[in-house]
Amino acid sequence: MTKDPDAITDTVTEAELRANHDKLNHDVDPDYVIKLIGMNKWYGDFHVLRDINLNVHKGERIVICGPSGSGKSTMIRCINRLEEHQTGQIIVDGVELTNDLKNIDAVRREVGMCFQHFNLFPHLTILENCVLAPMWVRKEPRKQAEERAMAYLERVKIPEQANKYPGQLSGGQQQRVAIARSLCMEPKIMLFDEPTSALDPEMIKEVLDTMVQLAEEGMTMLCVTHEMGFAKTVADRVIFMAAGQIIEENEPHEFFNNPQEARTQEFLSQIIGH
Amino acid sequence: MMGKYVEKEALPPPVSTSGPIAWVRDNLFNSPLSTILSLLTIYLLWNIIPPIFSWAFFDANFAGDNVDACTGTGACWVFIKVRLNFFIYGFYAEAERWRVDLSFLLLAIAVVPQFFDKFPYKMWLGVASVTLLPLIVGTLLIGGVLGLPPVETHQWGGLMLTLVLSYVGIVAALPFGVILALGRRSEMPTVRMVCVAFIELWRGVPLISVLFMASVMLPLFLPDGWDFQKLLRALIGITMFQSAYMAEVIRGGLQAIPKGQVEAAAALGLGYWRSMGLIVLPQALKLVIPGIVNTFIALFKDTTLVLIIGLLDILATVQSSIVDPAWRGVAAEGYVFAAFCFWVFCFGMSKYSQALERKLHTGHKR
Ligand SMILES: Nc1ncnc2c1ncn2[C@@H]1O[C@H](COP(=O)(O)OP(=O)(O)OP(=O)(O)O)[C@@H](O)[C@H]1O
Ligand SMILES: [Mg+2]
Repeated sequence: MTKDPDAITDTVTEAELRANHDKLNHDVDPDYVIKLIGMNKWYGDFHVLRDINLNVHKGERIVICGPSGSGKSTMIRCINRLEEHQTGQIIVDGVELTNDLKNIDAVRREVGMCFQHFNLFPHLTILENCVLAPMWVRKEPRKQAEERAMAYLERVKIPEQANKYPGQLSGGQQQRVAIARSLCMEPKIMLFDEPTSALDPEMIKEVLDTMVQLAEEGMTMLCVTHEMGFAKTVADRVIFMAAGQIIEENEPHEFFNNPQEARTQEFLSQIIGH
Repeated sequence: MMGKYVEKEALPPPVSTSGPIAWVRDNLFNSPLSTILSLLTIYLLWNIIPPIFSWAFFDANFAGDNVDACTGTGACWVFIKVRLNFFIYGFYAEAERWRVDLSFLLLAIAVVPQFFDKFPYKMWLGVASVTLLPLIVGTLLIGGVLGLPPVETHQWGGLMLTLVLSYVGIVAALPFGVILALGRRSEMPTVRMVCVAFIELWRGVPLISVLFMASVMLPLFLPDGWDFQKLLRALIGITMFQSAYMAEVIRGGLQAIPKGQVEAAAALGLGYWRSMGLIVLPQALKLVIPGIVNTFIALFKDTTLVLIIGLLDILATVQSSIVDPAWRGVAAEGYVFAAFCFWVFCFGMSKYSQALERKLHTGHKR
């Protein structure tokens, strides 16, 4: 890294940040960066998320697993408001998600996301993909944004691809670019929705390595994945969801070796049976 | 143990057996059916091309200044030569025609470089040609300021009028179309309803009736003193009509962009306008370039309909000259000339769109 990641916010004093926060803030809790309190969501009549309660510490790595259709994607997409919840509260870094666009912007500024299908912008080069949001959202000058983008591309080990288009890269490379693109906004929290499940086996490792590295640097991560090896090595906590509910959560060793619920045992036996 | 695998050397591709004779054999006479079709085509061309050439060139008359000069069996191009100024300028005051010429020149300066890849300042020229150019040319042609004597718009005509109508139509219909298309996909019900109503209304009526209403009926409803010029009314009519079509073409492109693109933009903190302007529209517009140019070409040719409200575009000037008793039997020449003028511009647009598509291609789909 050529730049101190906090350099941007340094221009704003700590007190100003606090004051700004308190204005948006309903419930400052220094311990938790994400709080879901009794959150419910429906798609039409379908009750997809049922009374979700979840607290995430700063720097905590959480893996979310569960059968298909259990609402994993929906839950993490609620955290950056790609989906709207109907009842209950979601508080991210002290800001509650409501219909207020200011709050949504404030949350999205702190939360990065990686998708199953990468969702790179195909009409822009890799470098342009990475500098777009810093330049337009954070109003950084191009030079500074490019420097940071190159630093992150180096970190995900593909600086030499900077001037290619996404369509010219392999799936694994694209996903690493997507991670770098999110990191360029210097988020406090990263959400991953099955980042490796669209990849060929030999590419999964390169993406997981990137994620492990990120975890080691202390990033708060929420990761929907079926990569149980990843869960065992980096997760602080594994959450099991089924039918729109959090059925069980535990630290990984206990979760895998000593699952409490029958539903969890069944799921784990299926996964290991594979 | 060492493996037996040895990396094979990269070889150059085989020399292709190309050349004109091989091409003809491989493409025109590669099967009995294609041989028959090729021979048939050659026979037809042999029968059609020479007569056309002798009519248009070898037997045609070029010299002279009235119908008596046309003694040959071929085309009477004298007619076009004598009437050319009328076809280009209409009734635009003769002493002021340099203003039209200057406008043509400015248009060429703005547009021609867009065909060349390497031209510097191309983007600025492009921006200027949709913002500054209409203003400058408008001032120049209308006059009344800067010591330029005013020229009434009912004197405008010919190619110049055709270009004014289509240029303004094209430059205005695209942004209107984009706004309408975005509006139609908006999540706000009122915005959506207004846009749907607008599009369906204008698309549902023929352009002729739009022009007719604009010129005949609109003045009846407007209070006194609101009566603005016929040309302006035609321009508004054409723009509204074509932007409705444009909106639907663009909507097709918007729908083809995966939802993940908008989600990724939102997750990065881009708001609605930025995510549309930077992510969705550039991709959507690129996808529908053929459809957009199709609409432009249709618009260009539809400008001939202004004849119905008494504006003389290039086709109308040709038609009114054909019925002139001084020039009998030159209808074919007149229509061929008009058709050729339209074809040149439409072909230019088509070529430009192909070049643009090639240039913007970054898909590299696997
Ligand atoms: N836009 C939508 N409208 C209606 N129902 C939806 C919508 N999106 C998802 N659902 C439903 O909500 C449920 C949860 O979907 P979700 O995508 O969160 O599941 P998931 O746990 O991520 O599954 P997977 O492992 O297959 O990705 C599913 O039953 C799905 O059919
Ligand atoms: Mg999912």
